[in-house]
Amino acid sequence: MPFESVNIFEQDFWEINENLEMLRKQANAESVLLIDKAGQLITSAGDVSEIDISSFASLSAADFAATSQLALLIGESEFNTLFHQGKKLSLYVSVISQSVILVVIFSQRTTLGLVRLKVNNSVKNLEMIFRRIFEKLGTVKEEKEQEFGEDFFEEADSEIDNLFT
Amino acid sequence: MSLINYASREINCKIVYYGPGLGGKTTNIKYIYSKISPGIRGKLISLATELDRTLFFDFLPVDVGNIKGFKTRFHLYTVPGQVYYNASRKLILKGVDGIIFVADSQIERFDDNIDSVENMKENLAVIGLSIIKLPFVIQYNKRDLPNISSLDKLESILNPMKVPYFEAVATQGIGVFDTLKACSKLVIRTLSR
Ligand SMILES: Nc1nc2c(ncn2[C@@H]2O[C@H](COP(=O)(O)OP(=O)(O)OP(=O)(O)O)[C@@H](O)[C@H]2O)c(=O)[nH]1
Ligand SMILES: [Mg+2]
Repeated sequence: MPFESVNIFEQDFWEINENLEMLRKQANAESVLLIDKAGQLITSAGDVSEIDISSFASLSAADFAATSQLALLIGESEFNTLFHQGKKLSLYVSVISQSVILVVIFSQRTTLGLVRLKVNNSVKNLEMIFRRIFEKLGTVKEEKEQEFGEDFFEEADSEIDNLFT
Repeated sequence: MSLINYASREINCKIVYYGPGLGGKTTNIKYIYSKISPGIRGKLISLATELDRTLFFDFLPVDVGNIKGFKTRFHLYTVPGQVYYNASRKLILKGVDGIIFVADSQIERFDDNIDSVENMKENLAVIGLSIIKLPFVIQYNKRDLPNISSLDKLESILNPMKVPYFEAVATQGIGVFDTLKACSKLVIRTLSR
């Protein structure tokens, strides 16, 4: 079963970032975002300070999920890419390893053709990285237990109490 | 499964409000939005019909703060309760870390609650999840209304697993934070699993 969301480790994270930055440069895009299927941002490249990231990520995932269901309804297993064209900015969306969504935001400084070409290359690299991450996931229980012990829970509980009163 | 980013040291958890149509899920999330400080919450996104019924979801991100060096955030979602929108409900459940079931206490909605619980179990099963294993709390909403089932009756039918439950009047905010707190704490406790 494809993972809905993922845990990312240091080394993989930097490698992913490098790939996104390279894609952004080569495609001449404004920014590139990587989002899990549960709608949470994994990481991004380029300037995204103007974007409400949480909203963007949750809507991208919803958009992709809805479109995938549309695909099933006409007998396609999944639409691998989505394209939304705007006046100034456009979105090109594709899926990686069936579990992660790659969104490229681009302007008229580039073309859909170039973006598509560069995304295709990057997807291959990113798929390799994620395959490795998923393999690792099975073996990380110990590290998680160290990180999230009783004192983590206590601190979390008190933060939650403070927050929701 | 939550997203734990060891590199940027962030934890994101997804909590979903489930339950029958008009039960008060959106009212819960809107109350939370109105009461917590703008500094720690993001935008409230509501994909709704013109009549204010949830069409796809409501979404509200909330920053819990820094816990042992991890920037921790809850993503709150509601599903559309109307029977018709099951495809949307399935999609929202993907990647869920905890569920708050908002039951409508009104006597005439009793069966709708049962149907909705069954529907939730089915939808979870499709994505390989089970309510037995997930952090799960129940909220009996609309306790302010005259024509409501007794707590005993609701409990005996809707809560066989004896998970934490809360009485609420979401329109007045009563029970809203208690419910969310309970679910949030359960979710945090599953992080080490
Ligand atoms: N009297 C009373 N009314 C409530 C309470 N909570 C919600 N309502 C009302 O019930 C109606 C439906 O509430 P919503 O929050 O939109 O319900 P929902 O569960 O999001 O419904 P869907 O989006 O269709 O699934 C609204 O008119 C609310 O004002 C409550 O505790 N008491
Ligand atoms: Mg609603």
